[in-house]
Amino acid sequence: MSAINKNPDRDWVKQRLIGASLCVLIVFSLLFLRLVYLQLIKGAEFRRLSQTNCVRLKSIKSSRGLIYDRDNRLVVDNRPAFDLTIVLEDSGPVKETISRLSLLIDEPYEELMDSIEKAGKSAFYTPMILKRDISRDQLAIVEAHQFDLPGIHIDVKPTRHYIYEKTAAHLLGYLGQINRKELESGQYPNVRAGDSIGRYGVEKSFESFLQGKRGGRQVEVDVNGRVIKVLKTVEPVSGKDLHLTLDLILQKRAEKLLAGKDGCVVAIDPGNGDVLVMASTPSFDQNDFIGGISSKKWRALMDDPGRPMNNKAIQAEYPPASTYKILTAMAGLEEQVIDRNSRFHCPGFYKFGNRRYHCWNRHGHGDIDVVDSLAQSCDVFFYQTGEKLGVDILAQYARGSGLGRPTGIRLAHERSGLIPTAAWKKKRFKEAWQAGETLSISIGQGFNLVTPLQMAVFISAVGNGGALYKPRIVKSVRDAKGNVVKAIEPEITGGLPTSKENLAIVKNGLLKVVHGDRGTARRIRIKDIDIAGKTGTAQVFSRKAGEKFDNKKLERTMQDHAWFVCYAPAKNPKIGISVIIEHGEHGSSAAAPVAMELIKTYLGGTNTDIMVLPANEAKQE
Amino acid sequence: MFDRRLIENFDWGFLGVISLICSAGLVILYSAVTAGADSAALHTLLKKQMIWMGAGFVIMAGSLIIDFRELDKLNLFIYVICVGLLISTYLFGQMGGGSRRWLVMGAVRMQPSELMKISLIISLAAVYSDNVVSQEGLGFRNLIKPLILCLIPFALIVKQPDLGTGLLLMLIAGSITFFVKVQKKVIFTLAGIGLAIVPLVWFFGLKEYQKGRILTFLNPDRDPLGAGYHIIQSKIAIGSGMITGKGFLQGTQNALNFLPEQHTDFILSVLAEEWGLVGCGVFLILYLILLFWGLNIAYACRSMFGSILAFGITVMIFWQIFINIGMVMGLMPVVGVPLPLISYGGSSVVTNMVGFGILLNISMRKFTKS
Repeated sequence: MSAINKNPDRDWVKQRLIGASLCVLIVFSLLFLRLVYLQLIKGAEFRRLSQTNCVRLKSIKSSRGLIYDRDNRLVVDNRPAFDLTIVLEDSGPVKETISRLSLLIDEPYEELMDSIEKAGKSAFYTPMILKRDISRDQLAIVEAHQFDLPGIHIDVKPTRHYIYEKTAAHLLGYLGQINRKELESGQYPNVRAGDSIGRYGVEKSFESFLQGKRGGRQVEVDVNGRVIKVLKTVEPVSGKDLHLTLDLILQKRAEKLLAGKDGCVVAIDPGNGDVLVMASTPSFDQNDFIGGISSKKWRALMDDPGRPMNNKAIQAEYPPASTYKILTAMAGLEEQVIDRNSRFHCPGFYKFGNRRYHCWNRHGHGDIDVVDSLAQSCDVFFYQTGEKLGVDILAQYARGSGLGRPTGIRLAHERSGLIPTAAWKKKRFKEAWQAGETLSISIGQGFNLVTPLQMAVFISAVGNGGALYKPRIVKSVRDAKGNVVKAIEPEITGGLPTSKENLAIVKNGLLKVVHGDRGTARRIRIKDIDIAGKTGTAQVFSRKAGEKFDNKKLERTMQDHAWFVCYAPAKNPKIGISVIIEHGEHGSSAAAPVAMELIKTYLGGTNTDIMVLPANEAKQE
Repeated sequence: MFDRRLIENFDWGFLGVISLICSAGLVILYSAVTAGADSAALHTLLKKQMIWMGAGFVIMAGSLIIDFRELDKLNLFIYVICVGLLISTYLFGQMGGGSRRWLVMGAVRMQPSELMKISLIISLAAVYSDNVVSQEGLGFRNLIKPLILCLIPFALIVKQPDLGTGLLLMLIAGSITFFVKVQKKVIFTLAGIGLAIVPLVWFFGLKEYQKGRILTFLNPDRDPLGAGYHIIQSKIAIGSGMITGKGFLQGTQNALNFLPEQHTDFILSVLAEEWGLVGCGVFLILYLILLFWGLNIAYACRSMFGSILAFGITVMIFWQIFINIGMVMGLMPVVGVPLPLISYGGSSVVTNMVGFGILLNISMRKFTKS
């Protein structure tokens, strides 16, 4: 048996190489034959096609998925926009064509020429946009004069339309043109330069569903660039529709109630975490973003001290103020530092060390138990409860109740809030925790920060018996035929760290906030519906303990934020609400009425002053 | 001590063929970049290409000093460096068109997957020439090591993702292995395994767009907006050249930017449009001469390592030519494989030049036995 090793056997190598050479020859013959076929047999035909350059590619934009509210009311749809385009190579003397066009549609000649220059050099035979979104009248004129306007075309494009303008702007979000970096990232395979993608809100977080797939046509055109034959077509695939948990009527009502104020309302279905309302004011009009927002408008939005571009429900952090007493009570009962019958004496202040910590009620609440302390928001009772618990135990309960961490809602930019501990302060300020600071913390002042959404989830959990839901904004994603592509199920992220018995005590207190004779929110009582809640007044800047200002004399921006969190009906809650009115001063007078109105609208069915298109009609629009 | 015979034996003819193709390549590239819409930007590409070619020639000349048999000893070292470069590309590489293929070192942007081809050829030549192979060919045992050598870079390149280059690597490796000869039962077994694996790869291994490309190739109407349109325009360009072409710089398909990537993957369309069947025929013949010359160098070499090495490099050039031309003529799926010495691209030029350097090296030392 002969073997091949380092010094090859000539014959053997020769035999292998002849085989290889034959393969090369065969392949090259094949390639040559293909050339002969293309250049000789089909040559004349291809020559003709190349001379007229008549095979073009026309892209067909897909339409973005629609967005509905929880009752199938259309909230966001698409409308056709007519863009005027020009193919320079087809338009003969461009200046002549443009001046004719300018006369016909009554647009300044310079502006039209400008847009050609701005578009810069593009690939040949690629249409350039002369003017976006022309009016119906202009459209009619251009179509009637097609033959006088060589190279001018109308490009119909589905464009986003926010039917109710500013409604739920923060939740729905807006679109913006994709930038180069995003294009190159490869994350958006179906998106091309000039296309828009979701930039904010659900438009952003559900981009992959909403975005459709672009289609196009191979067409043969004549010398004027007019299509004479469609060779091949790929139909665009429209995006999937979103069905939100949002209640459009309630949302509009909330926005109306917030009008003229800076603030935020979040309402949640305590039974499943559905976000019924998420309103933040001031707001913005998403339609302004279509086709690119003007820098003037953008500046105005950015410079507005009311921060209209911020979704205050998730991006703003406030001290929870007295609403935090719910938590302090819960922790106190659970840790057994107080019980249902514990009473503390409130003379209007609490002496701690050599300082006096005041109750909001200078006259004092007298001997008071936990239920009445919640109802009347007695500070002294909670100073003492907090003092017995200590900051770290309080923080443990706060975190267990979903505060100080993102709720996990599918919206970008959610803030986590802040729940301080002794270790946190050491790390942050390199200072030891002062026992006095615990007193501030236990009534929700001091370092504590929460978002309105966290409070809504928290109060809903109190109402539903302890389940912390991940707030859900989209119930299902469906295709055009209505088939569910993806269902998003309610999700429980944890439970309140409390027993049913202790929770019942707290709930009793919250009910008395509205329905007790001396409850802080007794003015919002309504017929037939029990509301349980808690008011709060958050200091905008910290003052020394015991220091008292005449709020009326302060500038508006220095005035306190008004909180109200509640759920209703108290027995079997259908809605949990968190309201904050910035610089609204008192929870009871500024925030609580907003919640009451919403409850009336939602549970009482009174919604006379809100204009909403019926579900079917909106769809046809 | 320098051996005079090395100069006497220098393969001037082969160098001549390479230089001829390079010059022609620059002329076609000139044509491709001149007519484009943004010709100023593209002209810098021409300059860059000339610099790369110059650098290629220098590297080629420099590499002649070292005896190619040193590569036999250094093969593992080179292999490890190249795999290292691939891993760094994976970790620090620059993104481009959705994949991570380039490694940036100062002003130089290189594609380590290109160099990997040469490195793998050297390693396989070293492994196979060391083995004592029976007349029936390589058995299963002989294939374990080569297979491992292939799979590591293959996995890294496919991960980039660059399926085209990965498959090219496997084609080259496979060709070399078949050249050395494989036992019949091994062939049948591998074919069987291959048939079983294909569906698995299809369903679990390929990305959607990769499947799309293959389906589009089988049925061009499937993607009339992407590859389908490119192929149509490329075919119009080639076909419209007819027998003698439209003339230098007269190609309309090229000029009007109907061709995608006319300076890289689709450069043959420019050649075919402007020079017609005659020009293409001449080019095919030039390539054919190049390949036969390479095979002849493999034949003339007295060492098994040299023969396999020469064959491997020739086969690398062959596959690139075949795949690229097949692709622009609509005979193959659209994969990003450049046309050797013609397409724009630094890494590709340098890699091919290094390859030719090794061929010249083998050629001038063919009479020295190992």
